[in-house]
Amino acid sequence: MPAHKMVGLALRYLLLIWIAMIFIFPILFMFVSSLKPDLQLLMDSSSLRAFLPVGDISFNNYTSAFDRAPIFFFIFNSVMITGITIVCSLFLCSLSAFSFVFLTWKGKGVVFAIILATFIVPFETIAIPLLLIVNNLPWIGLEGFKTSWINSYHVQIIPFIADALTIFLFVQYFRDLPKDLVEASRIDGATWFQVYRRVIMPLSGPIVATAAILKFLMMYNNQLLWPIMVVQEETYRPVMLGLQYFFQLNTQWGEIMAYLTIITIPVLLFYLVLQKAFIASIASTGIKG
Amino acid sequence: MPNNKVLAIRRQNFAGWSMALPACLLVFTFLILPFFMAFGLSLTNQRLVSPNPTEFVGFDNFRQMLGIGLLTMEPDVDDTGNIKIDQEGNPIYPRVRNFTRNQDDYPQYFKKREWFRIGLPNDKMLVVLSQDVVFMKALSNTLLFALIVCPIQAGFALGLALLINQPLRGINIFRTVYFAPVVISMVVVSLLWRFIYDGQNGLLNALLQMFSLGLFEPVDWLGNTTTALPAIMAMSIWQGVGFHMVIWLSGLQTIPISHYEVARIEGATRWQTFRYVTWPSLRNTAILVMVIITMQAFTLYPQVQVMTRGGPLDSTQSLVFQAVVRGYEKQDISGGSAISVLLFLLVLSISLFQRYLTREKD
Repeated sequence: MPAHKMVGLALRYLLLIWIAMIFIFPILFMFVSSLKPDLQLLMDSSSLRAFLPVGDISFNNYTSAFDRAPIFFFIFNSVMITGITIVCSLFLCSLSAFSFVFLTWKGKGVVFAIILATFIVPFETIAIPLLLIVNNLPWIGLEGFKTSWINSYHVQIIPFIADALTIFLFVQYFRDLPKDLVEASRIDGATWFQVYRRVIMPLSGPIVATAAILKFLMMYNNQLLWPIMVVQEETYRPVMLGLQYFFQLNTQWGEIMAYLTIITIPVLLFYLVLQKAFIASIASTGIKG
Repeated sequence: MPNNKVLAIRRQNFAGWSMALPACLLVFTFLILPFFMAFGLSLTNQRLVSPNPTEFVGFDNFRQMLGIGLLTMEPDVDDTGNIKIDQEGNPIYPRVRNFTRNQDDYPQYFKKREWFRIGLPNDKMLVVLSQDVVFMKALSNTLLFALIVCPIQAGFALGLALLINQPLRGINIFRTVYFAPVVISMVVVSLLWRFIYDGQNGLLNALLQMFSLGLFEPVDWLGNTTTALPAIMAMSIWQGVGFHMVIWLSGLQTIPISHYEVARIEGATRWQTFRYVTWPSLRNTAILVMVIITMQAFTLYPQVQVMTRGGPLDSTQSLVFQAVVRGYEKQDISGGSAISVLLFLLVLSISLFQRYLTREKD
């Protein structure tokens, strides 16, 4: 390789690495700081030592964070709320998409058009009236009859199960599947639900992964606006609201960094393992326009 | 036979409806219904819990929020007809409250508050008054946020996409790193950056001082009315740029390699290749990226909630944050709904604009 090409290549990598550092430094800072006692953390943050696990390194922040807040509880809440929403969403949205694509029924065109139109309604614009709705909805659960959905798990789950994007992703995918498959199994006497379960869904692995990842990012990461409004009891709080614990009485930054690391690292690991699928699912939202 | 056919159609009608119904019912109850309720509620004085019955108030909420008055003031004049001047040599103006508290002489300014003022020629002063200054600041901040973040983030994202699209060894590692902030919650990111922006022990000040060899004066980035909103903008770009890089990237990868080969044979420079081969193929991607960023920018919320709560001095108020403050914290459902309706109209206009731009090409 000629010398000037070598230099050019080296410069390109240098630029790539330089930019990579801009994206990594806050994450690295979070992780390293979570290992330091507060006094050292504050001193180190005025130098490059902020990025190095040096000095008095320990997991003390983690143990005291667990002492301070019921972290397992928050994680359990978040995982359960996110998990149930994803499962229900995949099932109900794919089922309706199946009906939109493979069946003919009266009013289908209109209903589908209305669902698609809700694309451009951001959740933020309906949150306030939705608060009024859930505040007045009745519920029968294990604790008996209640006249409001405020302070519960289901208030954080049910409104988020069905959305236009998930339905649309399935519809697009189903449209590319061969129609003969459906007709063949119908002639063999399968019911529509059997066609959905035994023929179509086994072929839908990629789109299920995409929809699940998008829903996961939307649910786990965005649990702030809605829970702030509808969950006052800590029993039902997700991880993002658990943060409030660390700002009551003598804020310890080391503990906060530890908590942030605890709730972020699983997502990052998940992403690193499935990065191709993550990036593909974000790219697929690009089709929506 | 015809009877069988009718039966089959009926059966399929029933099957189709029952499979689509659960999801559609949920969309209807938790999306469409509240959407229309927002319009209805914004015309009332509904509160979350109230002993008084709800009343229809027409467009009062909107009039209240959007009410603006323009007041031009002359400087105060002393007995000899000279303009009064303060210690720094600036003319002294009458107090705004002389106008806003005087219902008899100035009914058009009554109960309004000063939003901002602009100096005019001949020492005149134009004061823009607003019925609801906090809302006006939320509106203007949100628009400003979208206006600035949109081109910068789209531009950076395109740059990154072009960088990542090179056939270099290990390029996927860099793609993974650049995209990483997207999977981190904005709540976590905001808290981290609150620490980075800190005025006393902040990492940003330390880094800037180090690179400027101590010349840089530390700034309390989030505690300053001039720097707080730009700080939030910079952080939002940092978090979101990877998302749009991926969308650009998928646009770039639809361009056939043969186009580039033709450009190479023709002897095009790198800039010419970008200008005449790459860019024209990216038109729809460009519109899409701009629209997604604008919509995300309009719904600016977690950053404000976690980092500044609208402060200092309302310099980081946003529409969604105000909708939550009013609709939830103050239990003023109608006020929050009115903001939501305005927000939706903003989003709708952007969406229609996109339709218009993309239709032109077909």
